[in-house]
Amino acid sequence: MRADGGTIEAAFAGTLGAFSLDVAFTAPMRGITALFGPSGCGKTAVLRCTAGLQRLTGTLRVGGATWQDDAMGVFRKPHRRSVGYVFQEASLFAHLSVRGNLDYGARRSGTPGHAPGLAFGEVVDLLGIAALLDRAPAMLSGGERQRVAIGRALLSRPRLLLMDEPLASLDRPAKEDILPYLEALHEGLSIPMLYVSHDIAELERLADMLVLMDRGRVTAAGSLAELEADPRLPLLTANEAAVTLDGEVIAVDEDYALTSLAIAGAVLVVPGRQGGPGQRRRLRIRASDVSFTRARPVETSILNCLAARIVSVTPQDRDDAQVNVVAALGEDAAGARVVGRVTRKSQEALDLVPGAEAFVQVKSVALLASAATPASER
Amino acid sequence: MFEAADLWPPIRLTLELATVTTLVLLALGTPIAWWLARSHAPWKEAVAAVVALPLVLPPTVLGFYLLIALGPDGPGGWIAALAGARTLAFTFEGLVIGSVVYSMPFVVQPIRNAFAAVGDRPLEVAATLRASPWDAFWSVAVPLARPGFMTGAVLGFAHTVGEFGVVLMIGGNIPGQTRVLSVAIYDYVETLRWTEAHILAGGMLAFSFVVILAMMLLDRRIGRTGT
Repeated sequence: MRADGGTIEAAFAGTLGAFSLDVAFTAPMRGITALFGPSGCGKTAVLRCTAGLQRLTGTLRVGGATWQDDAMGVFRKPHRRSVGYVFQEASLFAHLSVRGNLDYGARRSGTPGHAPGLAFGEVVDLLGIAALLDRAPAMLSGGERQRVAIGRALLSRPRLLLMDEPLASLDRPAKEDILPYLEALHEGLSIPMLYVSHDIAELERLADMLVLMDRGRVTAAGSLAELEADPRLPLLTANEAAVTLDGEVIAVDEDYALTSLAIAGAVLVVPGRQGGPGQRRRLRIRASDVSFTRARPVETSILNCLAARIVSVTPQDRDDAQVNVVAALGEDAAGARVVGRVTRKSQEALDLVPGAEAFVQVKSVALLASAATPASER
Repeated sequence: MFEAADLWPPIRLTLELATVTTLVLLALGTPIAWWLARSHAPWKEAVAAVVALPLVLPPTVLGFYLLIALGPDGPGGWIAALAGARTLAFTFEGLVIGSVVYSMPFVVQPIRNAFAAVGDRPLEVAATLRASPWDAFWSVAVPLARPGFMTGAVLGFAHTVGEFGVVLMIGGNIPGQTRVLSVAIYDYVETLRWTEAHILAGGMLAFSFVVILAMMLLDRRIGRTGT
């Protein structure tokens, strides 16, 4: 019985201490799918069930292979599942050196049928841990430990990488230190990842797909950009609401040092030389940096004025002072969605109602660090 | 009359007994310690209490029951019959069995604590790296619990060397077979041979000191290389 080879289909149900978990979602066998939600909503339990470390009733199919199906009496033991698991806190084997830890996974990965793996040297280079190989885990910083743990998981040649808040136990500088490596993994590797986090800033930089969870239930699932602009979801009303879009460099204006990036339905101009044509960059547009005009603006300092159509208008706060306006880019409104937060007064004055045509002015675009240039932040 | 040659057999016998006992204890005690550290069975503590009984029982009480168990009418005699003997009491094998029971808590307790300190996480990590439970036990749990094994082995060995009451009850005083150090010292004192008693007792004192010192140094070294 072979299901679609390109997806992870998971469904788990059961009680976990104080609350009940009942989740079902499908994720692609590529890119990073993030399980996002407040602490204690059951994200980690889903990950543990996926690895087989915990057992709830349900089904789990990964790329066509059935790892769990209680109806058929199938439950693969954790060591028979081709997963790499990175735990929240440092979990290196204290009795082994860094090299010993990396070898532990590599030596046991030799089962045929596993995904073609990376070579030892590649992983070491990718994660920048060559200088650490002969050290004991106790001699490493928190960020270094997590990098080694990620390397160890990769060297076990998993078909699926599971990351349980790998950055949560690190301080801000250590997080910033490790994020570029994760981005490099994201860009450079074909291994799909389930990534648990409660930090949206982390996910804006890493996630492709989002599975939103709350109190043991899946509240929404879809692409990151889609969910960020969904008026029914709390992402839109967050203080730091934003949309995250993937763009491709199409031209660099050497005179003014400006880069044009194509996103769905529009071209954005951002300051700086952001790599050669064809390079993909992830960018983030904050709701507070977006404003609207009904006519094409002339004589404005804002470079990015994009044709769009209003999709939804929802109140932001109890006072009803501000609204969140979601607009679809492009003349035909088939492009990416952006979110703007404006006062209700402006919204009514401009008659920004669903279906109305408008121009979106983007005051600034944040370029999220990309794998190609890990050092250049924003 | 002082005879150095007389002193050697009890020393050799004691070392043999302690070595064999320690090896048996590690083989038997490790699975028991593992089970005590990881099981969630409600009657687990009852088993732990049975293992710990020799800590509080007077050696003579333990020795008395062991004598009955090892004797011709006990299970020991039944086993001895298989080998064509009448009883396990007053034999080297009987002494090993008695010592194993007597020293069990000194080996099981440190190993159990060490396994408990290892916790679930390293074993979960090992499982996600494709190590079977058996593989993970040897490649992760045992190396991480090494300090516990060291302590357990040293304590088990030293405690067997020093045992007296149980040996006297089940071993008697057969030279070369069951006449161990502590019994020999008792003998020499009884017969007023103070020189021999001094040599053996002083030797024991030095041995015990070295054992304790070695354990402390070992502990410190492990503490420094750290987890």
